[in-house]
Amino acid sequence: MLYREAGQFKTSYRADQRIFPILQDRVVVGALLLVAFVAVPLWGSEYLVSALLIPWLILSLATLGLNILTGYAGQFSLGTAGFMAVGAFAAYGFQLRTPAVPLLLAFVLSGVCAAGVGAVFGLPSLRIKGMYLAVATLASQFFIEWLLTRVGWFTNYSSSGVINAQPMVIAGLAINTPPRRYLLVLAVVATLALAAKNLVRGRAGRAWMAVRDMDVAAEVIGIPMLRTKLSAFAVSSFYCGVAGALWVFAHVGSVDPQAFDLTRSLQVLTMVIIGGLGSVLGSFLGAGFIVLLPLFLPSVLSAVFGTALRPGLLPNIESFIFGALIIFFLIVEPQGLARLWQVTKEKLRLWPFPH
Amino acid sequence: MGHPRQKVGEVLLEVSGVSLSFGGVKALHQVSFQARERELCAIIGPNGAGKSSLLNIVNGVYQPSAGTISFAGVQRKSMSPREAALGGIARTFQNIALFKGMSVLDNIMTGRDAKMHSSLLAQALYWGPAQREEMEHRCHVEKLIDFLQIEHVRKTPVGRLPYGLQKRVELARALAAEPRLLLLDEPMAGMNVEEKQDMCRFILDVNDEFGTTILLIEHDMAVVMDLADRVVVLDYGRKIADGTPEEVRRNPEVIAAYLGVPTEADREAVAEGAG
Repeated sequence: MLYREAGQFKTSYRADQRIFPILQDRVVVGALLLVAFVAVPLWGSEYLVSALLIPWLILSLATLGLNILTGYAGQFSLGTAGFMAVGAFAAYGFQLRTPAVPLLLAFVLSGVCAAGVGAVFGLPSLRIKGMYLAVATLASQFFIEWLLTRVGWFTNYSSSGVINAQPMVIAGLAINTPPRRYLLVLAVVATLALAAKNLVRGRAGRAWMAVRDMDVAAEVIGIPMLRTKLSAFAVSSFYCGVAGALWVFAHVGSVDPQAFDLTRSLQVLTMVIIGGLGSVLGSFLGAGFIVLLPLFLPSVLSAVFGTALRPGLLPNIESFIFGALIIFFLIVEPQGLARLWQVTKEKLRLWPFPH
Repeated sequence: MGHPRQKVGEVLLEVSGVSLSFGGVKALHQVSFQARERELCAIIGPNGAGKSSLLNIVNGVYQPSAGTISFAGVQRKSMSPREAALGGIARTFQNIALFKGMSVLDNIMTGRDAKMHSSLLAQALYWGPAQREEMEHRCHVEKLIDFLQIEHVRKTPVGRLPYGLQKRVELARALAAEPRLLLLDEPMAGMNVEEKQDMCRFILDVNDEFGTTILLIEHDMAVVMDLADRVVVLDYGRKIADGTPEEVRRNPEVIAAYLGVPTEADREAVAEGAG
C-alpha cells in the first residue's frame, strides 16, 4: 500500500531509467536530503555531527569505493586503507607544496593519485582471481604503509611520521566549525554517491557486473577485460582516496600512516559485506551499522544492566554483542542490509492487505 | 518450411584445414568448410565430435594448432574473442552464460557495449551525450525485446527466469551486437517441444529479417533437417559430410556414424531373428 506503483506510468525510456523511478522514493530521498543539508547543520549537536555523522559519511564513501570494486566488478581487495592513505597524504602534499591549488581541486587530485596507484595494483587481477587476488592486494596495503613511513618526503620529514592537516579554506571561507566541516563532507559524499549510481546503472556498471558474473561470456561479447578491470580498480581507489583525504582534513586533523592499516581495510570490507555487495545504498547502511552501533551499545547496555556489572566487564560484553549481531545479520540476510530493505519494500507494496 | 532459398550470397566464413589438439587428444583434424552470407548452416555429429571446439575456434576462444580462418575476406590464424566480437561474430553458449545478477534488460544492453563510446566521466555525470547514447541503445534493445517477446520480464533478474526464457535472453544478447555471423551452440538443448518450436521460429526470423548468417549446433535431427540450408557432419574431429540436408541424410558415412556399422555378429543376430 505504501509503495503502490499503480498509476505511475512512464512514457519515455528516460523516465524509466531514473535513479528513483517510484514517486514515494523521490519524496523520501528529497526529505532526507533536506534534513541532512538544512536541519542537521542548524540544530544538530556537536557530538552528533563530529562524532557520528562525519565519520559515518567518510567511511560510507570508502565503503562505496570498495563496493564498486568488489560488489560490482567482483574483484576482491584488502588494500582499501592503503588507497585511503594515498589520498590523505596526497591531499596533504598538494596543500603543502602547491598552496595555489584550491582545496576541492586538491581533493580531486588526491583521488586521481589514489586511482593511479590503484590501477597499478589492479594489474594482478588480469591473471589471478578471488582469494588469490585478495592476497595480492595485501601487498599494496603493506607496501603503501611502508613507503609512507619510510620516505620522509611524504610526511614533510616530520620526525613522528604524523601529518597535520592544513586549515581548510574554500573561496575565502574557513571550514573550521563542525557544521561547516559536516556540510563539506556531505556535499562531497552526496556528489560522489550520485556519480557512482550513474556509473553503475550505465555502460561501465554493466561491463563491471558482466566481468563479475561470467568473464568468459563478457569477453566473447567484446568487453575489454583489461580496461574494465583496471577502470574498476581506478574508480574504486579514487573514492577511497577522496575518503582518505576527507578523513584527515575534515575528521581527525592529524594522522600517521598507521591510521590506515590492515584493520581499517578489514573494517571497510566488513561494511561492504554487512551493507550488501553491489549496492550503493548498502554502502551507507553497512558503514552506518559498523560506525553507529558501537556508539549506541554502551548506553543501551548501561540502561539494561545499570550498575549491576563491574565497569571493566562492559566493553567486553559490547564486543560480544557486536560480533553476535554481525553473525545474526549475515545469517538472516547474507546479501546484506540493502537486500533486507528491498524485501521490506516489496512487502510494503501490499501491506497491510494480504494480496 | 517453404522458404525462398535464393537468398545465399558470397562466402562469409571459410574454415580451411583447421586442427586442434588438447595434449594428446585431437579434437579437430583438418576440418574445412564454408558458410555463405545469409546461410543457415548446421553442424552435427555425435557427442565429442568436436562441434563446440569448432565454434570456439571461429570466435577466437581457442586458437587452432593448424589451418586458417577467413571471415568477411580477412584471413587469420588466430584472434582474440574480443576481436571476433568487434568483427561481427556473436554467439550463445551450450550452458547458458548469462550474467546472473543482472536484469534481462541489462544483459541485453551489455551486448551493445562494443558500440558505445561515452567516457567514464561523461557516464558519471549522466548528462548530455552519455544519456542520449544510453537511450539510443535502449531503443534498439527494446526492439529486440519486442522481437523475441520477452517484454514482460525485462526488469527481472535473469537468474529467476525459466530455462527456455533464459535461452531466449541469451539469443537477444547475441543479437544486440548486430552480428554478421551468429554462432548458436545447441540453442534448443533441454527444451520441451513448444519451447523448441518457438526457438526454431525465432532462429528462422533472425535469418530472414536481419539477414544474419547462422552457424548452428543441434542434436535434434528433425530440427536440423527443417531449418538448415546446409549441414556439416563431424565425427571424431573429422568432417565426414557436407551438403544439403537431403544429401547428408543419404550419405552412408553419416548413417554409419550415427547408427554404427553392422558387424558380422550383428548380421548373424539379424539372420537368427528373421529365421
